[in-house]
Parts: sequence; C-alpha cells; structure tokens
Amino acid sequence: MNYYTPHTKEDIDAMLKTIGVGSVEELFQDIKPSHRPESFKIPKGKSEQEVLSHFKKLSSSNCAAITKFLGAGFYDHYIPSVVDALSGRSEFYTAYTPYQPECSQGTLQAIYEYQSAICALTGMEIANASLYEGGTALYEAAMVAIRATGRRRIVVDGGVNPIYRKILYTYTNNLSIEFVEIPVSHGQSAREEVFKYFDDKTAAVILQNPNFFGAIDDHTDIIDKAHSVGALAVESVYPISLGILKTPGEMGADIVTGEGQSMGIPLSFGGPYLGFMAVKKEFARKIPGRISGATVDKQGRRGFVLTLQAREQHIRRENATSNICSNEALCAMRAIIYLSSLGKEGLRQLAELNYDKAEFAKNTLDKIKGVEVKRSSPTFNEFTVLLPKNADKVVRAMIAHNILAGLPLGKYYKGMEKYLLIAVTEKRTKEEIEGFAKALKKVL
Amino acid sequence: MRLIFEKSVKGRRGIKLPDSDVPKSRKLDAKYLRMEEAPLPEVSELDLVRHFTNLSQMNFSVDTNFYPLGSCTMKYNPKFMEDIAKLPGFAELHPLMPQLGSASELLQGALEVLYNVEKLLAEITGMKEVTTEPLAGAHGELTGIMLIAAYHKNKGNKKRYIIVPDSSHGTNPASAAIAGYELVSIPTAEDGCMDMGAYKSKLTNEIAAVMLTCPNTLGVFNTHIKEVTDLAHKVDALVYYDGANLNGILGRCKPGDIGFDVVHLNLHKTFATPHGGGGPGAGPVGVNEKLADFLPVPKVVKNKKGTFSLVENKPKSIGRIAPFYGNFGVILKAYAYIMLLGKEGLIKVTDGAVLNANYCLAQLKDAYHLPYDRICMHEFVISASKQLKNGVHALDIAKFLIDNKIHPPTIYFPLIVKEAMMIEPTETESKETLDRFVKIMLEAAELALSNPDILKNAPTNMPVSRLDEVKAAKKLNCSHI
Repeated sequence: MNYYTPHTKEDIDAMLKTIGVGSVEELFQDIKPSHRPESFKIPKGKSEQEVLSHFKKLSSSNCAAITKFLGAGFYDHYIPSVVDALSGRSEFYTAYTPYQPECSQGTLQAIYEYQSAICALTGMEIANASLYEGGTALYEAAMVAIRATGRRRIVVDGGVNPIYRKILYTYTNNLSIEFVEIPVSHGQSAREEVFKYFDDKTAAVILQNPNFFGAIDDHTDIIDKAHSVGALAVESVYPISLGILKTPGEMGADIVTGEGQSMGIPLSFGGPYLGFMAVKKEFARKIPGRISGATVDKQGRRGFVLTLQAREQHIRRENATSNICSNEALCAMRAIIYLSSLGKEGLRQLAELNYDKAEFAKNTLDKIKGVEVKRSSPTFNEFTVLLPKNADKVVRAMIAHNILAGLPLGKYYKGMEKYLLIAVTEKRTKEEIEGFAKALKKVL
Repeated sequence: MRLIFEKSVKGRRGIKLPDSDVPKSRKLDAKYLRMEEAPLPEVSELDLVRHFTNLSQMNFSVDTNFYPLGSCTMKYNPKFMEDIAKLPGFAELHPLMPQLGSASELLQGALEVLYNVEKLLAEITGMKEVTTEPLAGAHGELTGIMLIAAYHKNKGNKKRYIIVPDSSHGTNPASAAIAGYELVSIPTAEDGCMDMGAYKSKLTNEIAAVMLTCPNTLGVFNTHIKEVTDLAHKVDALVYYDGANLNGILGRCKPGDIGFDVVHLNLHKTFATPHGGGGPGAGPVGVNEKLADFLPVPKVVKNKKGTFSLVENKPKSIGRIAPFYGNFGVILKAYAYIMLLGKEGLIKVTDGAVLNANYCLAQLKDAYHLPYDRICMHEFVISASKQLKNGVHALDIAKFLIDNKIHPPTIYFPLIVKEAMMIEPTETESKETLDRFVKIMLEAAELALSNPDILKNAPTNMPVSRLDEVKAAKKLNCSHI
C-alpha cells in the first residue's frame, strides 16, 4: 500500500540501527499509554479511482452549471486557460513562502509584478502580497487607519458589502472602536448623513465603489471632507470595474482593499479567494501582510526579497501589524497572469463588455410589466430591480428554469424583500439575457 | 530577468475577448471614469507563457527539491488532490447560493463535503465540533482566541492574559494581542519543555488561556502535558492547541485526550495541501463542549432525513470570521488526502516523520550543537553556535545548502536557540535523500573549520547571489508603476 512514505523494511532497519533504538514504537516513548487514543475511527484508505468516484458523486449533485446572474461581490467571469496552465506549474504551487530569496526569485518576482498590477489598477502607490479575501482585508484597513490616526471612530457606508460589515464587527467586538453605519436610500447614502460624523474623533470612512447595489459614484468630495478633519478614506473596490471606472487613487483614497476573485479565480464555493490592499506610500510601514521589494545582489543584479518584515508576526510577535502568516500567494499569481493575459486594452474592453451587457439587461427587463429597474445612480455590471413579488420566491421559481436570478436583498436590508440584485458579466450572452427576461415574465 | 511590464510592447494583446452581441450603451459621465487605461502589461500569450515558465524555473519547490523547513511540514502534495478541487461541480459553485431560500437542495454535495470533513477532523483531534471557516493557521488561532474570549465573557470572568512558551511561533502572541489580550511568556527548561515552576507561578485567575504546540517547536513532546492542561483548568484557563506540529502525533495522540479545549489544524501542513508560494492555506478549528456554542456561523447540520443545511441562527456565536465556509478548494484537497491515506496511512505518516527526523538528528548531533539532547518527534532543532567561532552563521550554512540544491531548514527560530536550525524532513522523503542532506550538512560543518569563505560567499550557483535586504527596506521599491 502506498502512503507516499517510501520506507522499505530494509530502510527502516538501517535507520533504526543508526538512531540506536530497536523499533519505531520506541521513538514514541514520550507519549504515555494513558495519552494514546482509545480508537481512531477513520475509514480504511482507498485507491484514487475509488476516491474519485466518491467526489464525482458529491460534485455532480451540486447545481454548479446553472446560468448565473448572481454576483454580490463574487462574479462569474471567464478564466483563460493560461491561468491554470501557468499557476498549475508545480514549481509555483509546491513552493513555500519565499523567506530564502535566492531560491525563490520566481515567486518573489511574480508577487512584485502582482503588486505592480494592483497599483496600476487602483492608482495607489504600494500594494502588499495579498490578504485572505476582501472582508478581512477591509478589517485590516480599518485597523491601519486606527493605528495611523490614533482615533477610534470608523464611519461605514451602508452600501458596503453586508457580509464584509459582519466580519468587521465580529473581529472588533472586544476592541473599543465606535462604528457608525450610514443608512442607504435609493441605493446610495446621503452626503449630509456621512459628513455628520466627520470630526477629530474620526479615524476613517469606509466606502465601496461600485457599492453593494451596483451603484457607481465619485467619492472625491467625501474623501476631501474626511481629509479636512484628519480622517482617512478606505475604498473597497471591484477590480474588473477599474477597467473603466475612476480609480480610488484618483479620488484621493488612502487605503484601498477588495476581493480579487474576479481576476482569474474560480468561484469554488467561497474560497480560496484573494484579498488585496494598496495604500499611499506614507502608510507602507503600517500595513499588514508580506511585501516583495526590489533590490540588488552582490554583483549588482536586480533581485527581489520579502521586505519590511519588521512589521510581521515572525519578528514583532505581539507587536506585529497583524497576525497574518500564510496568505493567498497562489491566487495572487493567478491574478497577475490573468491581468497580463487581458493586458491594458483587454481589461478596458472587458469592462465595457460587462457594462454594455448589464445595460442591455436593464433595458430588456424594464419592458416587463411590474418590474422596475432602479436607475437613481449609474451602475457597472450589477443593478437592483424592484419586483412585484417577494424576491426570494421569484429566485426559487427561476431556478426551475436553470437560472440563478440574483440576490434577494431582504436578508441584508430590512424592507427590501421585493428587491433583487442582478449581475451580468461578459459570460452572459444576449440569448441568455433574453431567456432570463422571458422566464421572469413567466414566473411573475 | 525582466519584468512582464518591461516586456510590454504597445498594442500587443493576449487573450481574445468575444465580440459584443448587445448594442453599445451610452457612455458613463466622464466624472465616473478613469483618466487613462490601467498601465497593465501588453504582451502576447507566448510572451506571457515564456515569462512565467521561466520564472517558475527560478524556484525551489517540493516537486524539485528537498525542503526540510521545520514547522512547515513540506511533504509531497499528491497530484490527485488537485484534480478533485478542479471538478466543475465544486469549482463553479457560487458561495451565495445557500442564501437563496431552499437552494440548499442544489448544493447537497458541497454541504456534505463540509459536514464530512468536520466529522473527520473532530475524530482526528478528539474534539466535539469543528468549523472549517478559518482561512489559514493564524486565522484559526485568532478564531480560537475569540472563542475563548466569548466563553469568559459568557461566564462573567475577568481575564487579561494569555500564556505562551517562549518557544512559540510568532502568530501565537500576535493573534492573542489582536484579540485584546496581554502576553505572559514562560521560559523553556533544560529538558526542552515549558518550565513547570515558572508556569505554576504565573498561572493566576487572570489567565484566559494557555497556547501550546505539542510536540513543541523544539520537536519535543511534553510527557507531562496532561499536568500542564489540568493546572490551567483549575484556574478556568482554557488550553489552545496550535496544530502546526500535528505531523508528529497524528493517530497516536488526540489533543482532546490530553486536555486541550480548542485546536487549529493547518491543512497546508499536516494534510498535504500545497503551500502555493505562501498560500492559500486553511486553518479549521475544533472545540470541545465548553466552546461549541460560540463557534462562528454558518454551521452545517445534518437533518433527520439525511440531507444537509446551513444554520445561521446561533445566538451565542461570535459571528462571521470569513465571508463563507472557509477555503473550500483547500478543504476538498485535505478531504481527498484523508480518504486516500485512511486510518493506517495517517498513522504511517507519523511513523515516517518521526523516524526520518531522528535519523537526521542522530547523524548531525556531533558536528552541530544539539541544545536538547533527546529523542525528537517529527522535527528537531540544532544550533550552528559551534560554527560561530569561525564567524560562520546559520545563515551561511543555509546559503550553502541552496548551492547544493537543498532548501534550507528554518533558521533563527525558535528564538530561544542561538543560531537555530529547525529541521523537519517529513515522512515522504526517502533514506537516500536524507543521506545526501546529512552529507552536505557535515560538509558544511567541515568547511566552517577549513574554508569558511565558501559558506560566507554562498550561494554562487543561483540566478542571484545574496541580496541587499537593507537597501530593499531603505529604498522601498514595491511596484514598477
């Protein structure tokens, strides 16, 4: 039986002789008999083909191939074949954290390129090598702002992903931080409501663009106002939208975070995903996570190393900027490959495709009696509609047509039980969009 | 090698996008748009492929080199596991589907995966319940401490401190500090275990928890571990098990049986999921009945009919520590690993790991200083302090190993050993690989005496020689943009 342990009887005998013990069991003498388990109820090991059959059964009972108009922060984008092919090279995926730079230039340079791409996308100056995903990244951003300003109030726009807000509050439950949530109306929060809480106690304002309802905005004025009271601005963003949308850097944001799943990472029922963080240069030493930096070797050749490690847990321990150790390095690798495959023009073209398809969907759905497409703000590839019936029931009925119609908003926003959040990516064809409208008409 | 950005040529494109099959919409107002296109690389697909393929060849990896990194468990990553994660029925599943009314019917396979993995990990660790939500080991540590904090708050206990041994991994105190606790560090005694006298003296009613790795970071299994955990419980301090070193006791000892209340596992260590150059990992957390009520939501449950669903309403839960159910793609791989190995296979893991570590230790203990001279578990720590008298550091020996195509062991950790080198061969390595490693290590010890410059100038066989880390921090250059 092969357990990936290559030891033959001869190997074991020779090794025991060298060690100077009579049996392998002797090596476990420190584990007292009273510490041994009474039982170890794990099933017998199986062959690859048997295990594959088990997983094929489990995977095929999932309705994964259903036509997706569901987004809400996690999108069905096309992943080019090069992403799997290159990130699937085992020199990348079976490597470790590049603490020994001379034998890790592959990983270190790829991470440096990824960091550069995040800066190109967001208009910021320094990015880290990744965080777990967009929600914990947002929490880390809040902590950077608190550390940088020494203040303890965070203003959170109600249009920020509700799952991210839940994570933020769970993490900070035991810390004395004041959170103020600004309610949304017609898909956006009102400026006066936000500004009410901007004073010398405010560490930061947290915004999202496009927001959870898909609404686009220009936050420059909010960010300016925050800066006028010495507060920082955190923007949570959607990478594909940055193919055309104004960057948080252009708006003056101090810290940018987001979910990188849209950059070549499969939906995979929730993970692994990719949290990114990018900041203005002045915050470089305050951010969490690993950072790859360029330098030179003894011969003056360019090389890359993990840098500013004095922020991290293995050096600063309880004084570290975060406890993060393992990150999402391979997902960051996928992202840089994806972005390089699209290229400068390709990303813009992709963003325009998403935008045009969503606009077409809005116009198509508008024609259905009883369906009201919300148009109080421009949107990117996601928008909100008001249905004449409970959105949950409508979505369930649409599943019978093999369509995942969107996210019913009632669960996250009280009073919005008839509202549905619909996403349209480049993968949705005209036929699918028209089919969606047809099915919706039937269901209603 | 040039950056992908430096290989850019204006107008070059990689992937071809589909033509639009819908009308062109009216452009957005200029105030919402970026001034210029994002300055991403412009390369052909062949350029892209050559670039990353060549980059990959500048890496050491488990698939190409021996990687005895202590505390990391760099064991072989079975290729079969990669195929399981790629199955479309898993890879294309949107995580918000369970939010859609009765959509649980559409995901029974995925929910069953989570349920089964929780049960298997609970059995392996001797815990009552498991959450797969934490996305890495450190994330699991923080989750575990948050659970402990909830326990104490629920009881009305006033607890300020967490005890860690001075040999602990940096994530332990970092996680404790983030959760709002202060740290108390206990020195390590001559036997390589936490000093019992110092421990007892610091164990007051204000201690919320004790965080331990077992075997510890020196590779030593504390034979008095039950005494340590019993003492903690007397002051209602909970005991946390850092599962990074589970490879030393898998199948031979369950943390739940020796008094641990909460455990995290590193699926990317013990359960052979790939390290990915730094991630993704997964850090599931197991708890006993003291903490089960506080576990994060959502929770997978099995219904009377045998179907699975997610429960969000747990009044005492600490909330959500991740957006969804954990790093599902990583969890799948670990599940496949456990199914392939089975009971006997998992026990053989420990046999092989401990045998391999002791085989190396026995042959290196004379040439190097062995601070704790005893049988080790799956890893051991030696010191290059003997070699220091010729001005040779652990770092120099590490770089010499690189020249010999072996990834160095963990160096300068644990902090309590001077010039530490922590070696963890893992069970998937053959005797021949270990023999070569020992040979090179002995050669390094010899060179430290006869020709130290060879070590100090290493590596000379790699694409780069030693890099200026001071310059990297002083003249920060983290982006090409």
